[in-house]
Amino acid sequence: MKISQLSTFIENRSGRLRAACEALAASGINIHTLCLADSRDFGILRLIVADPPAGKAALEAAGYVAQLTEVLAVEVPDSAGGLARVLATTDAAGLDIEYMYAFSTAPGQQAVVIFRFSDPDRALAELQRRGLNVVEPVKLLQG
Amino acid sequence: MLRENWNDGGPGFHPVSSSDYLPAAQLRDLQLRRLQSIVGRAYAHVPLFRERMDARSLTPASIESLADLGGLPFTVKADLRDTYPFGLFASPMSEIVRLHASSGTTGKPIVVAYTQEDIQVWSSVMLRTFAAAGISRGDIVQNAFGYGLFTGGLGAHYGLEAIGATVVPVSGGNTDRQVMLLRDFKVNAICATPSYFLHLIERAVELGIDLRELPLRAGVFGAEPWTPAMRQRIEADAGIKAFDIYGLSEIIGPGVAAECSAQDGLHVFEDHFYPEIIDPETGAVLPDGEEGELVLTTLSKRAMPMIRYRTRDITRLVAEPCACGRTIRRMQRVGRRSDDMMIIHGINVFPSQIEAALLAVEGALPHYRIVLRREHGLDQMQVEIEVSPEFFSDRIGAMEELRRRIAHSIHNVTGLNVPVRLAEPHSLPRSEGKAKRVWDERQDSQ
Repeated sequence: MKISQLSTFIENRSGRLRAACEALAASGINIHTLCLADSRDFGILRLIVADPPAGKAALEAAGYVAQLTEVLAVEVPDSAGGLARVLATTDAAGLDIEYMYAFSTAPGQQAVVIFRFSDPDRALAELQRRGLNVVEPVKLLQG
Repeated sequence: MLRENWNDGGPGFHPVSSSDYLPAAQLRDLQLRRLQSIVGRAYAHVPLFRERMDARSLTPASIESLADLGGLPFTVKADLRDTYPFGLFASPMSEIVRLHASSGTTGKPIVVAYTQEDIQVWSSVMLRTFAAAGISRGDIVQNAFGYGLFTGGLGAHYGLEAIGATVVPVSGGNTDRQVMLLRDFKVNAICATPSYFLHLIERAVELGIDLRELPLRAGVFGAEPWTPAMRQRIEADAGIKAFDIYGLSEIIGPGVAAECSAQDGLHVFEDHFYPEIIDPETGAVLPDGEEGELVLTTLSKRAMPMIRYRTRDITRLVAEPCACGRTIRRMQRVGRRSDDMMIIHGINVFPSQIEAALLAVEGALPHYRIVLRREHGLDQMQVEIEVSPEFFSDRIGAMEELRRRIAHSIHNVTGLNVPVRLAEPHSLPRSEGKAKRVWDERQDSQ
């Protein structure tokens, strides 16, 4: 299953990241994990949140530009070589990764890697066919 | 005035410069005769001028004194655009030996033309420009003004050859080579835009070359506004005297006015270019000494006469005698304009060009603003754009690509490399009422 990721544009100015987080907090939206990609004078904040459409509405109400994009969450063993094996699989499938980031749900056991593939539908089919555990949104958001 | 004083530091006086020292009565008489001739030429050969004079029941015979010039209609930049490309030419193409062009407001350039006589006049006023900067035969001069459609390069080139200097026609760019030539050729003087020369100074420092230890002693700078602070910095860091020159393609190119050794205002070569100062709101002619918009009439141009051309540059005329002995009037250094044209690195830019460039990128116009700042005494421009949902992507690469495409589009339209900053929605200030696109954050307008 694909997961809906919330992303927003953040200027590289003091207080802007905090204000975005406060906007989500004010709407009671929990952030499960996030990744901030930055360039010289702006950043793009990508978030996995409990309620992505509500998160998008909250950010827009606070004046941010926000977007929902489809990503895949893949379970990876939290041990040496875990990620390398997953990437070997995506390589073998010829999948194009736009970006990725990881978080650990149960340290020492399982980590989850969020992948943004250029073609999420094909990626989902390929990964499942090759036996990787693509996490369901419900399970991820409970984790 | 003793002839020995007719000298701005060079070893000899060039006879062409004698026009700088004409007695006032003789100069006014010459101007009137040339004015009558040029108005007659414009009336006879350029439909636009004839229609406008006819509409006011004026004929060339109406010009009986220099004051009568004030009754003639103005010419504006839009007239050149509307008659693009050759509509204001007063000579048949068989007599035109040169075309130049500069940027216009809608992507269409402004085209200007020269006969052989016009080139000679242009060479002579540029000769007088260099003589006033103390440059003469025996000097090696590096010409870093751009050669090509821009009038700067070739205008300076012809003047330097006319005065007998040795020209190094390097044109703009390739700064490392410029520094090498300055050193290896033992160059005495350089022509450049002040912003480019500043860049050259910085590059020379990086290359371990101290310009103050080279034979370089003079710089002739123009094509963009610069400040007294900038001059001080150039003079101190390069160990030279820095001279300001003024001109515009519509009139001739560089060579309309130039500083002398006194460096206190620019002498207008008014035997060829008659200056008036007007109130930019009412169009009324103002007396010498009062600040207003500079209006120029070409007194001897054949291919493309300009009658009362509104330069949009704000200045004032100084009639008091100059320490150098020249009798032609001076104009104060131009610090600002009466329209929204910006001059960035020697290139004319209108806000409408930036808007056209933004529209060309996505077909939609984001909220944006143009910010003018002054750094190191020079005007800099930045374009700031709000990221709206249709422009937003969660991929950094896509956002950087958007910024690159916008910068590229602005470069296509204006020829400038302008920094583009992406901003959050609603973060840029908005003006009430009429959309304000240009935010002038320059500390002083002079």
